[in-house]
Amino acid sequence: MTGTHEQNEPIYVCRCEEITLDEIREWIDRGYDTLDELKRVLRVGMGPCQGRGCQDILLREISKRTGKPIVNVPQSTVRPPVKPVKIGLLAKGGEE
Amino acid sequence: MEWKNTADVVVIGGGILGVSTAYYLAKNGMKNVTLIEKGTICGGSTGRCGAGIRAQWGTEMNCRLGVAALDTFEQLSDELGMDVGLNQGGYLLVAYSDKEMETLGAGMKLQNSLGIQSRNISLAEARQICPGLAADDAVGFFFHARDGHADPFLTTFAYLEKAKTLGVTPYRFTECTGISVKDGTVTGVETNRGHIDAPIVINCAGAYAQDIAKMVGVNIHTWGERHEIMITEPVAPGVCPCMLMSFSGNYYIQQRPHGSIICGMSPEGHPADYQLKDTWQFVEAMSKILVHLLPRTKGIRVVRQWSGLYDMTPDAQPIIGETDIKNFYHSTGYSGHGFMLAPVAGKILAQHIMGKKPDIDFSMLDYRRFDRGEHIRESNVV
Ligand SMILES: Cc1cc2nc3c(=O)[nH]c(=O)nc-3n(C[C@H](O)[C@H](O)[C@H](O)COP(=O)(O)OP(=O)(O)OC[C@H]3O[C@@H](n4cnc5c(N)ncnc54)[C@H](O)[C@@H]3O)c2cc1C
Ligand code: FES
Repeated sequence: MTGTHEQNEPIYVCRCEEITLDEIREWIDRGYDTLDELKRVLRVGMGPCQGRGCQDILLREISKRTGKPIVNVPQSTVRPPVKPVKIGLLAKGGEE
Repeated sequence: MEWKNTADVVVIGGGILGVSTAYYLAKNGMKNVTLIEKGTICGGSTGRCGAGIRAQWGTEMNCRLGVAALDTFEQLSDELGMDVGLNQGGYLLVAYSDKEMETLGAGMKLQNSLGIQSRNISLAEARQICPGLAADDAVGFFFHARDGHADPFLTTFAYLEKAKTLGVTPYRFTECTGISVKDGTVTGVETNRGHIDAPIVINCAGAYAQDIAKMVGVNIHTWGERHEIMITEPVAPGVCPCMLMSFSGNYYIQQRPHGSIICGMSPEGHPADYQLKDTWQFVEAMSKILVHLLPRTKGIRVVRQWSGLYDMTPDAQPIIGETDIKNFYHSTGYSGHGFMLAPVAGKILAQHIMGKKPDIDFSMLDYRRFDRGEHIRESNVV
């Protein structure tokens, strides 16, 4: 484990999926240094908020640990629907 | 990662097939295995799939591969030292006509003869397995308890991490742009980052494998077909604990351990335009099926939809083996079930290449069967 912060309290980067900064650093150091790969291995950014709460922190962390400027870290794909919609409503073609 | 321009084997493609094949080669003693992936690991079909695993198949070959896959998955987390998220809630197959009952019944007999304990069950029992199941319009049900699913990301990464400890070198963002051949034998690959000399090359490029084969004039008869899939917010467990699947009803639905429901269907018109489009028509059609089949899903929200490519062959069975170019192999064409077959496929191809007798004789999966017109189509596919 290569976490550098001194506290024993875990720091949650992705609150939806409860993933800590230490876990994220561990996997970046193993070579999982794109948003897509971190998402796949840790589920970060796949929670109900779909990454709105954690994506920026992840990007910054990848950039810091790999020494690449943030603009060179590939962005993740935004997938529809942008807002969660109920199945009952979708089954009616979106009309109430 | 430092660039090496020689290898004993180059594997093309960083999906589950490429990664598992690289792992089993290294495990069987192959030194210097290099894996090249044009994007990121698991960014192709593998990272987009439903990740279902089953032995309820309609052809003997698929049954043999399917049950061997279950055997492998059941001990895979231990072997690789990382949890692959295996969950065996069974597959519940739903038939909607007498004819379909007959087809699935014949499949069950074949499966039973091969030691697969699938059963014909009643609606009452189906409802015990899948509470809240409506399906009053169904004619019958088949169930196999050992079927299930695993996490496609964790499975691929578990193979990759273990493969790395055995000396496999993975290069991401490395695209194969050519195959070098001398006197009818493969000698290496060209990439956007330079040449790699290698006496053996394995094409695991999924829905793009035919493009790689064409680089040296080989036609493997595979193509990519777009399929769509969606996932809901996590809800309490028990909504759909098994994989609910129907070939004529055209759906598969399954609740994941973390509570989300994942589901998909076969697209109209079988689009082969290689566009990863997400359509509202799919979400609407899929939602209609859900509400009809599992009425209690009505209030659950869809959080994400995406699409991916099935790696198709004319008989919906894979192609594994050498091509007319010596030492140029392929392992692809899994026709929408390559995730589950990858552990077995990787193992048997590696055994063959290492000069050992493969656990399952796969000579009938030679791609030239299509030229000879010898193929029999698998019936049990969505
Ligand atoms: C919606 C959907 C649902 C599915 N559900 C299931 C299921 O429930 N169960 C199941 O078993 N299977 C399922 N599948 C099928 C399964 O996803 C595939 O059969 C399997 O992932 C194939 O693995 P692969 O490694 O061959 O392909 P991929 O994962 O696509 O890997 C091939 C890799 O090759 C790379 N590549 C291509 N060209 C080049 C090049 N020139 N140079 C370098 N790299 C290259 C690609 O970038 C890609 O990463 C599903 C598929 C889809 C789309
Ligand atoms: S905080 Fe990471 S997905 Fe919501």
